[in-house]
Amino acid sequence: MASIIQVEDLTYIYNPGMPGAATALEGVSFEVEEGDFVGIIGATGSGKSTLIAHMNGLNRPTGGRILIDGKDIWADPSKIRDFRFMVGLVFQYPEYQLFEETCYKDIAFGPKNMGLSEQEIDRRVRQAARFVGLSEELLQRSPFELSGGQKRRVAVAGVMAMEPRILVLDEPAAGLDPEGRDTILSQVKEFHKKTGTTVLLVSHSMEDIARYADKVLVMAERKLAMYDTVERVFARAPELLQLGLSVPQVTKIFLKLREMGVDVPTDVYTIPYAVKALLAAKARRDAGESLILPPRTAENGKGGGAEC
Amino acid sequence: MLRDITIGQHFPGDSPVHRFDPRLKLVLTILYIVLLFAASNPLGLVLSILFLGVMYKVARIPLKMIGRSLKPILPIVLFTAVLNLFFVAGEGEPLVRFWILEIYPEGIRYAVLMSVRVMALIAGTSLLTYTTSPIVLTDAIEALLRPLGKLHFPVHELAMMMSIALRFIPTLIEETDKIMNAQKARGAMIDTGKLTDRVKALVPVLIPLFISAFRRADELAMAMECRCYRGGEGRTRLKVLRCTRQDYLSLAVCLVCFGAILASRLVFPNF
Repeated sequence: MASIIQVEDLTYIYNPGMPGAATALEGVSFEVEEGDFVGIIGATGSGKSTLIAHMNGLNRPTGGRILIDGKDIWADPSKIRDFRFMVGLVFQYPEYQLFEETCYKDIAFGPKNMGLSEQEIDRRVRQAARFVGLSEELLQRSPFELSGGQKRRVAVAGVMAMEPRILVLDEPAAGLDPEGRDTILSQVKEFHKKTGTTVLLVSHSMEDIARYADKVLVMAERKLAMYDTVERVFARAPELLQLGLSVPQVTKIFLKLREMGVDVPTDVYTIPYAVKALLAAKARRDAGESLILPPRTAENGKGGGAEC
Repeated sequence: MLRDITIGQHFPGDSPVHRFDPRLKLVLTILYIVLLFAASNPLGLVLSILFLGVMYKVARIPLKMIGRSLKPILPIVLFTAVLNLFFVAGEGEPLVRFWILEIYPEGIRYAVLMSVRVMALIAGTSLLTYTTSPIVLTDAIEALLRPLGKLHFPVHELAMMMSIALRFIPTLIEETDKIMNAQKARGAMIDTGKLTDRVKALVPVLIPLFISAFRRADELAMAMECRCYRGGEGRTRLKVLRCTRQDYLSLAVCLVCFGAILASRLVFPNF
């Protein structure tokens, strides 16, 4: 499939030429294919949020280009709004952007700005509400009466209702309880699967990235550090640790087991897969196979677990 | 664009101007404003500006900061200049006559003097905020207004409100920026479109902003209460304002300068 996002040598400087000038991004280049689910990780201040604000033209690059669907988004600045509809951006704590009297109206704000017909708006609002699990009855209530998690879902629905081809979410699960986290992220995944929308998800949780993303983009100190599949990125555990990041908890356990000389795979990133791997190991032991690795292999194994 | 606002901006430093007692600094600033109007002859004005320039040098505030603080009030300066230019009537023949507008030499003189005076006024008061942190400044205001407390005027409450308001300006600016971006991402026409569209687009920004301001106020009230804040009565301070000999000396120097500038008018009445 063709690349829907092409970022070419992107550089961004806050307040260029002023005493407070600060480089936020330096020579970032990557491509995202249509239909991918890309996780973005990076330590605080590594440039993640600045990067995603470029995706729909909220920040204008100091250097380099961004192409969405093959078109340079800054080729004609007066057309920037078209790209804002194409790339839906959900900010951190999006519930603070709600303003309408009812949830329905708030979700309809984006589609209305697109100039769609009443019927089309209605269809989109209802569909987006279904995706995030908001009931008919909730749609007619004021968003300010809802709980934090529900507000967050209304805000996400407000962006989904624009039916963007690319959905960018900046820590959509921050500050929610574990159940709220799972709910919102699986709803995003569901949306991704059903509509084929390309999704970029910024998260600090390696577990969430491992569970939902296909590819991972690692930002470090204003530069792109890695961009690969989940398996290959998390296989570079020592490097991730050096960048102040981590690997999923369950991966740490398997790396440690391997280090202790137990014959288990180290490319385990999610709990269900971990269960499978353990059951497989148990079956092998029951069959009389030894699970203890020869000492030398243990030393040379995919190390790095000790530091985890 | 919102980040460019410099009102109340403070540049920490360790110059004599920075260290100068804030109460005296505030009083001197007020006196300086009075001086600008009292010494209304060109010579007096030039001397006042010279004095201010020396103060900026002593405070080590780059002179281009003056330019930045003057930028937002430029329309007001132009407005007063134009008004003076056309409406000050002098004796004798007008220089230019155009429709019902007449320009006299006196008008030009007043227009120039007035705009220079307004600019000096802004530059002078900016020096106060540049060299004094908002918290210290409100402390000074509270100290100076204390006598009014005898008349049951809520001095402490007023000072507290001022420091809270000043403290939250940058926070709210940041918040506005965030909300604007979020609404722009949903297609609100804040930076593009017709004027009417832009005005309408403010509603989705203002409502969340107000809600968040109220939420912050609630949280702040709670936090203050948790730390047993109960108003000004019996409240002690970490930093007690005390005038030292150095402060009195600086005050004397400034007052002498002011006096000299004022006297220049009497000595050279024709300038």
